[in-house]
Amino acid sequence: MSVVIEAKGLDLTFGTGEGAVHALADIDLSIESGEFVSLIGPSGCGKTTLLRVIADLEKPTGGTISVNGVSPEAARLARAYGYVFQAAALYPWRTIAGNISLPLEVMGMSKADRQQRIAKNMELVNLTGFEKKFPWQLSGGMQQRASIARALSFDPDMLLMDEPFGALDEIVRDHLNEQLLKLWAQTKKTVVFVTHSIPEAVFLSTRIVVMSPRPGRIHEVIDCDLGDDRPLDIRETPKFLEIAHRVREGLRLGHSYED
Amino acid sequence: MLERRGFSALLYDRIVPIGVVVAVIIVLWYGFAVLLNAQFERDQAARAKTEITTSQLIERTLSQDRPLLPAPHQVVSEIWDTTVMKKITSKRSLVYHGWITLSSTLLGFLMGTVLGISLAVAIVHSKVLDRSLMPWIIVSQTVPILAIAPVIIVVLNAIGISGLFPKALISTYLSFFPVAVGMVKGLRSPDVMHLDLMRTYNSSAAQVFWKLRWPASVPFLFTSMKVAVAISLVGAIVGEMPTGAVAGLGARLLSGSYYGQTIQIWSALFSAAVLAALLVMLVDLASRIVLRRMGMAQ
Repeated sequence: MSVVIEAKGLDLTFGTGEGAVHALADIDLSIESGEFVSLIGPSGCGKTTLLRVIADLEKPTGGTISVNGVSPEAARLARAYGYVFQAAALYPWRTIAGNISLPLEVMGMSKADRQQRIAKNMELVNLTGFEKKFPWQLSGGMQQRASIARALSFDPDMLLMDEPFGALDEIVRDHLNEQLLKLWAQTKKTVVFVTHSIPEAVFLSTRIVVMSPRPGRIHEVIDCDLGDDRPLDIRETPKFLEIAHRVREGLRLGHSYED
Repeated sequence: MLERRGFSALLYDRIVPIGVVVAVIIVLWYGFAVLLNAQFERDQAARAKTEITTSQLIERTLSQDRPLLPAPHQVVSEIWDTTVMKKITSKRSLVYHGWITLSSTLLGFLMGTVLGISLAVAIVHSKVLDRSLMPWIIVSQTVPILAIAPVIIVVLNAIGISGLFPKALISTYLSFFPVAVGMVKGLRSPDVMHLDLMRTYNSSAAQVFWKLRWPASVPFLFTSMKVAVAISLVGAIVGEMPTGAVAGLGARLLSGSYYGQTIQIWSALFSAAVLAALLVMLVDLASRIVLRRMGMAQ
């Protein structure tokens, strides 16, 4: 396996002087190809900021970071990743197929190529038949699935996901977690996943990065070796509960439960 | 609440409330027509040294040639006479004058919309232009159009440009403003997530514009255009006044006031109002069709 994301001594401060916010401090992290890594922590621990630095949506103020062996900017220009936001962020004036087509149009793909990729990725997220619907005609869970299909449509090496299921109810979230695991098994993409749900992180990840706030730091990295076959029931097994307990302990030691 | 459907909904939700308002206005109007025109009839009777009864008084106040306030039926019959009963090429036809005004309204509206969109695009894409242009755009609207209109007409006339274009220019002057302001807001309406998404695709500024900013601004464009088309008409009418009252609804208003033809003034006024309402409805219809096709009308 090769290293795809490598951060050393990463630092990010928003603003200057009195109002400065130290969002990330001394982050060391390396993620290998094909891993599913979750960033977990309370609000303000910098997990989303770290994801945005990887995506070149924020510039670090110190330290180094490489993505695919190059700078995040070069990786972004090479379209190395698909980004899934907290909200589906579908364009309301485009149909579902039109939304999935958006990155493909931007990248100048031919119409035949686009149609083939739209069909393939809509099938991947179980949305076949909804091509001509507009986003508002779909449920929240279906919208988020469409946004995952959009992120996968141009076949990037990496999937960066920022609390993609945070706004959904627990039943839908469980269902999408299962689907996401299947999808990951099929596509073998590297996934970096931001969440504040412990069961979600344990259920999905191969490694869990526990972060702590003020300033945002990595407190602990926990291996999550539950194997490839993970039915929803796995959440009641002792091993699952033990890992979940370690994550919670890590969050507590990282002062996440204090005021 | 019980939901009404079909004809009953139309009757109770539309026809009845609107009908009541219209009826109240008509009753008030007749009342004021009698009140305002009565003095003239009393003076006439006094001069002729005759007594008039109240019913005679009311009858006469509603059928004067040059009333202070014409009665509704007088205005309606004048509009009927000058639209349906006259050839549309006649100088006395309201259709003829309405068309003159409408053509410069539409030209001015078109130019104003294009100018407003262009300014908004420039402003959204350049911080320098945002700071330098925006104050001037706002100042332009604080100058009274009545002061500026004759200047534009006279100056353009002096360099040999007359007719439709100078009037349209006044409509443009008024109508570019709501479009510019609305479109600046519309082009800036995409939220950060939508913009970030385009950034992750490494899209060019042109792609961000055509695939995100422009479609996001369409509802704002139509809202602004509704305001713009109505004030374009005002601009065209104002533009017709300093031209020596040749033709157009503005000219009808002006010549009506020169000769004390109040019925003519009121019928021109009503025609202008109806025209404005039709134009706004037309833009609204276009807006519904376009937004439905874009999937944004829910």
